Amino acid sequence: MKTTPAVGTPLSRIEGKQKVTGTARYAADYNVPGLLHGYVVNSPITKGRIVQVDTIPALAVEGVVEVLTHKNRPGLAWFDLQYTDMDAPPGTVFKPLHNADILYNGQPVALVVATSFETARYAATLIRFVWEEEPFDTCLQNHPEKARPAKKGFATALRPPPPKPTGNFEAAFANAAFTVDADYRHSTEHHNPIELFATTTIYEGNGKLTIYDKTQGTINNQLFVANVFGLHYKNVQVLAPFVGGAFGSGLRPQYQLFLCVMAALHLKRNVRVVLDRKQMFSLGHRPQSLQNLRFGADATGKLTAMSHLAVSETSQFEDYTEQVVAWSHKLYPAPNTLFDFKVVPLHLNTPIDMRAPGGCTGMHAIECAMDELAYRIGIDPLQLRLLNYSETDPSTGKPFTSKALKTCYLRAATQFDWFKRDGRPGVTTRGNKLVGYGMATGIWDAYQFPARVEAIITAEGKLVVHNATTDIGTGTLTVMTQIAADAMGLPVAAVTFEYGDSKKPFSMFQGGSAITASTGSAIMVTAEVLKKKLLKKAQSIPNSPLKNAGMEEVIFTNGTIRLRQTPRQAVSFKQIIAANNGKPIKTTRMGMPHAIKLRKYTKATHSACFVEVEVDKDLKTITVTRAITAVAAGKIINPKTARSQISGSMVWGISKALHEETILDEHLGKYINTNLGEYHIPVHADINTLEVIFAEEEDTLINELGSKGVGEIGLVAMPAAIANAVFHATGKRVNKLPIHFDELL
Amino acid sequence: MEKQTYSRRFFLSTSSMAAAAVALIPGNVKAFYKNVKKRFIPAKSVNTLSLTINQKQYTVQADTRTTLLDLLREQLQLTGSKKGCDHGQCGACTVHVNGERVLSCLTLAALVQNQPITTIEGLAEGDQLHPMQQAFIECDGFQCGYCTPGQIMSAVACVKEGHTHSVEEIKEFMSGNLCRCGAYNGIVESIQKVAAR
Repeated sequence: MKTTPAVGTPLSRIEGKQKVTGTARYAADYNVPGLLHGYVVNSPITKGRIVQVDTIPALAVEGVVEVLTHKNRPGLAWFDLQYTDMDAPPGTVFKPLHNADILYNGQPVALVVATSFETARYAATLIRFVWEEEPFDTCLQNHPEKARPAKKGFATALRPPPPKPTGNFEAAFANAAFTVDADYRHSTEHHNPIELFATTTIYEGNGKLTIYDKTQGTINNQLFVANVFGLHYKNVQVLAPFVGGAFGSGLRPQYQLFLCVMAALHLKRNVRVVLDRKQMFSLGHRPQSLQNLRFGADATGKLTAMSHLAVSETSQFEDYTEQVVAWSHKLYPAPNTLFDFKVVPLHLNTPIDMRAPGGCTGMHAIECAMDELAYRIGIDPLQLRLLNYSETDPSTGKPFTSKALKTCYLRAATQFDWFKRDGRPGVTTRGNKLVGYGMATGIWDAYQFPARVEAIITAEGKLVVHNATTDIGTGTLTVMTQIAADAMGLPVAAVTFEYGDSKKPFSMFQGGSAITASTGSAIMVTAEVLKKKLLKKAQSIPNSPLKNAGMEEVIFTNGTIRLRQTPRQAVSFKQIIAANNGKPIKTTRMGMPHAIKLRKYTKATHSACFVEVEVDKDLKTITVTRAITAVAAGKIINPKTARSQISGSMVWGISKALHEETILDEHLGKYINTNLGEYHIPVHADINTLEVIFAEEEDTLINELGSKGVGEIGLVAMPAAIANAVFHATGKRVNKLPIHFDELL
Repeated sequence: MEKQTYSRRFFLSTSSMAAAAVALIPGNVKAFYKNVKKRFIPAKSVNTLSLTINQKQYTVQADTRTTLLDLLREQLQLTGSKKGCDHGQCGACTVHVNGERVLSCLTLAALVQNQPITTIEGLAEGDQLHPMQQAFIECDGFQCGYCTPGQIMSAVACVKEGHTHSVEEIKEFMSGNLCRCGAYNGIVESIQKVAAR
């Protein structure tokens, strides 16, 4: 009679049927009566101002309802703070159509609203602008002197400034037996989820709006809309039941939401705004960065000195930062360290977090430097990692809540047959291909945000759980259902998780691999309270067999409460609700990170990645032929969706290492490969079998679930492992990403 | 024969006359151009289209510029086919016309009248999922689900075309469908599963 635990089983996605039949509806899929279509016009200049704008030709087109520009937009909130969202970096937030100033290329400058999409798009081409261009600067390399420490602010809580130096780095580096001094360069990347950013705003009248938006944070966007347009937050409902990928681009309210809501309120009509692919390149990006690493080791291979300096771009108006330099000292002990992170403000849009922000940038450099150091010393790269392995966090001396990285190394290395490789570069061949084997380590913070959950036992004895989080393809719906089912002792089929709605109890935006730990733990906390409530009610039933039974004397299984000793003595949830006059029993609780207890610990997920590449001897084309990632992330709630998360981010690793790059023309100050034909991401043919291992890791400290996130860790180690494998295959170190074949010729 | 010479005066008088003549043209040309435009380039034209989609007959009024994708999504409420690029680069809009896979974003609706069109909504038979749909669920051949309708339509065609002899062949013939979540392994597995039946 006992319910089989759902957590840990590879349950298929609950929303799977909707997704494979085309009935899953995304932000642009809501066709409401009288819908108007908005089309955005973007600035073709990089810096300057709009001198004149003539919208008459566009307005003359039959079907055009309105053209909004900075000249005629309705009045808006006055204060910058009102435009600030939960993820806004320190600075002055960009306000669309605010004034005539152009801050970056691709900035939205007008919205055409028409009765059909075709008409709006056509009319947008008829608006005449007179621009006044000013000189601009979009090149990171040319201006190292402009680098400065980033401003601190509210959102920097998750992105602490670089750690303070320890010991005497310069002296230790000068005296080290083996050293590496290398520069690394990363290009701009854009998230490019396949779903285009879109918002459908339904004008309900009386200052009420229902908004279907592409976002990673329903409440974040609800508050943004309410603040900017002066609406009561209860009158703004943001819904995102399905999100076609976001990867960080949906962490902040994007301009299509702003423009769509503005048009809907102005015209008192239902409006939809969908961006096109080119416009998707104006939403924020992973910044270009320059890094210098100097690692020194003693004669035995123990690290004695580590320096990691990084310079990254930001916009003129906000100081975007990411955690690039702190990682090496969370992995490897070294008595002398020097870390620095600076930003260079350029005439570009503010960057925005993109999957494993900072982590995959910094760890690429760190793990390539470690590989180089291993070759200098003449030991196996894995051996060097194990030699410098630390059970505690070297940067603080605190223990980890759990760290099964060694298991990751050994299990992945064994499965990969790592120890059979010939370590000499450029000697292993297969036909006309040079073969290379590389490895790297990954680390990512294990975050938990506060989350609030409402749990209800219905008249049918079923459980309904509410939380405002989204499911951006990570499997949140499925995983939360499993957690809730086990927490209440119900089969999965008796549990409904309702989400993606700002009206539901609080959730932060879905980022930082934190939602499973956040909402999941909140479900655990809420379920405990609900169970007590149910037991109490069950005991009030006349002749209840549970009378006088304490919580520890009963078990919750299959929709019943049973005595542990005599399981036949039971009361079902249905009976309890019947005794409650058929009224559902519910409770709402907040799940909080155990901040005080966890202050004494470092929380992190770890991974080890092993990669085989083939490089064509003549053409130097690179193929990742085999890749294994072993991950230690605490308890894995659903091995099927977690595996997909990891193998999906391994595809991102291949993409970052070998494919994707937004090319910036410094003379025009704009991105020039703004389409999916020229912005290369891996296709089916680029991807071979990706193997995923979950290392057993029991974590009783981190949260109620013992689970850490898996959304980003799979990407962290992969680029360095590929770069190291390319070195092993060819003997050439290419310290810029992506690595193109011409650099090997 | 007398040798012809051009005087300065001759040059001035002819060139000024020519300039005056040219100056007079624009009004006429403009009027002529407008005439031509009116006759040959209608500002906006709405046509009546008759389409056969998922074995159902539709008669709709549509702008001549309307693509099959926009028609499906905006007018027929068949929003399963997705727009990812509108340029034929991502494959999210893949549907079948005459049993063959086409990119509906690059197909004008007016050009596929009275040809059998199948979209993702027409793949399952009632509650009975198509084997490919079932396989995608089992093999976790998707994450966010946005590219999925296109992937499945391509996958069904890939099997029908017989391009499933090897993993390499499947991957080659599926490479027109991008998946940013990186569910490629699961998608190939799904296709192998269905092809083996």
